[in-house]
Amino acid sequence: MKRFIALTLAALFCAIPLISLSACSQQTETLTVCNWGEYISDGTDGYMDVIAEFEERFHVKVDYVLAETNETLYSMMKSGGGDYDVIIPSDYMIARMIKEGMLAKLDYNNIPNFEANIMPQFKNLYYDAKNEYSVPYFWGTVGLLYNEELYTEEVTGWDNLWCDGYKNQVLMFDNPRDAFAVALQKLGYSINSENEAEWREAADLLKSKKFDYCMDEFFDKMPGESAVLCAYYAGDCYSVMQENESLRFFRPEHTNVFNDAMCVPATSAHKELAEKFINFMLEKDVGLANTEYLGYSTPNKLVFDALPEEMKENDDLYPEMQDTWEYMHLLPENIENLMNELWLEIKAENK
Amino acid sequence: MRSKRLLYPYLVWMALFVIVPLAIIVFYALTDKAGAFAPGNLGYVKNSASIYLDSLKIALLSTVFCLLIAYPFAFLMSRMKVSRQRMMNMLVMVPMWMNFILRIAAWILILDNNGILNRILLAFGMSRDALPTFLNTEGAVVVGMVYNFLPFMILPIYSVMAKIPNSLIEASRDLGCNGFQVFRRVILPLSVPGIITGITMVFVPAASTVVIAPRLGGYNLIGDQIDQYFKGSANNMNAGSMLSLVLMIVILISIAIMNRFDRGEDTVIM
Repeated sequence: MKRFIALTLAALFCAIPLISLSACSQQTETLTVCNWGEYISDGTDGYMDVIAEFEERFHVKVDYVLAETNETLYSMMKSGGGDYDVIIPSDYMIARMIKEGMLAKLDYNNIPNFEANIMPQFKNLYYDAKNEYSVPYFWGTVGLLYNEELYTEEVTGWDNLWCDGYKNQVLMFDNPRDAFAVALQKLGYSINSENEAEWREAADLLKSKKFDYCMDEFFDKMPGESAVLCAYYAGDCYSVMQENESLRFFRPEHTNVFNDAMCVPATSAHKELAEKFINFMLEKDVGLANTEYLGYSTPNKLVFDALPEEMKENDDLYPEMQDTWEYMHLLPENIENLMNELWLEIKAENK
Repeated sequence: MRSKRLLYPYLVWMALFVIVPLAIIVFYALTDKAGAFAPGNLGYVKNSASIYLDSLKIALLSTVFCLLIAYPFAFLMSRMKVSRQRMMNMLVMVPMWMNFILRIAAWILILDNNGILNRILLAFGMSRDALPTFLNTEGAVVVGMVYNFLPFMILPIYSVMAKIPNSLIEASRDLGCNGFQVFRRVILPLSVPGIITGITMVFVPAASTVVIAPRLGGYNLIGDQIDQYFKGSANNMNAGSMLSLVLMIVILISIAIMNRFDRGEDTVIM
């Protein structure tokens, strides 16, 4: 008898998640948003909890999930694993997704804020020339972040990443496109190089040093001083610089400018709601909360005008475009495959 | 008759969740993206030969350390009072109730440059420049594996040891065995089935595990490479399937070798 009771209880426990799941789905429409870690204002530090605000205003439920890199997002969508309604990929990945028919054309009647708020220089960009599939979210550059107390050498450019010493204290992007971009730029090549030999050279360069490959661990390791030097996105560098006063940002002469934009996958079952979400993200207060909290550079005119002076005038965040800077373009297929193979080699040999 | 009928649901389960997925992997391993026969996938295995060897090396090391730690522990545990044995059993199990990723993250906190271990060294007067690096080394990977898989070594060994009656040990003592002989002639042979099970249960997951090596060692082992082929930008399920098929074969061969060793020991006991 005792056993029977125990078994029944165990079965009930197993059934609990099923019950709560079905209860939720009946209530309201659910919007699945996939974003990068630390890429939305979530209510900390007194800023707006953007997701909660949207849920409240539109009486819907938002299923907010994280992806670590563009590549993970891509393969999740390809394998049918991710049922997303809104995604925020980077420029080169948007180009790839458009080419492979993975994105839905947006109905801009539902996104009036795009026309009104987005600055003209962020419209009709290289990755989506007619701006049919994507709405800019943030942009920025890549640069070096170092701890001036602990990293005592003079910082002059990407070469610093291959410095001697500082074992295990130099971070590198844990995704192929960004890591290769750094190596290619150090070698003086284009980040969109179509020459296989240049990519192999860049791979050898990355293999020549044991880096600590990481993405979101950056937010612990740099301010926590367990790493002293890294290449990372300017917006994130700005936000960790607020936590640790010894951190300094340096932008090498050759760097890349990225644009991240909001898109709706072709498979989305809630396209209209997704467009409303995108429109919501372009509102002044929402954009302001995101921009102030994250430190990334906004393409939104209303938001930019409302920023505090010290952010607006910060050259790390809102620099003048230089001729030496590059955008990331979609790579030809042979280069894309080569990069992926080389990347796996690099990761396996990084002992 | 009745008992056989009870088996059917299980057989259906096995077919659906073991045989079919295996067949799918074999199919993907032998074809290319378009679905055509592609023996060229073996090239991925050739390129990854050294990664296989690395993974086997780490798995072997972890198994040896697990065995060295678990064997005396299991023996001591099996000689305790029953109530205390139960408590020890619990203590071995409790860490496994925690999420695997969390346990790895805990090790990162301990081993990091600025982690708990190095802070202790700093507190004892070591200078910051002289601090050793623990994280992102092969040693850290082995530590992570041993920590994660130790219960799988302790429990099977303990369960056979618990069945060795004290009277057997006393009898061998009475018949003139010294301490070492008791171990060599009585305890060791009787615990071999537990050891073999333990080794299999540690070696197999250690050889194919994900996450531990990249998080603690900063590099990929074969499980992570397979993971990357499925999840990373390569998005090459065929290469990933081929690698995992070969990994399965390698593990199968290792187990076969171990089982042969097992039977050999059995005949010695007989």
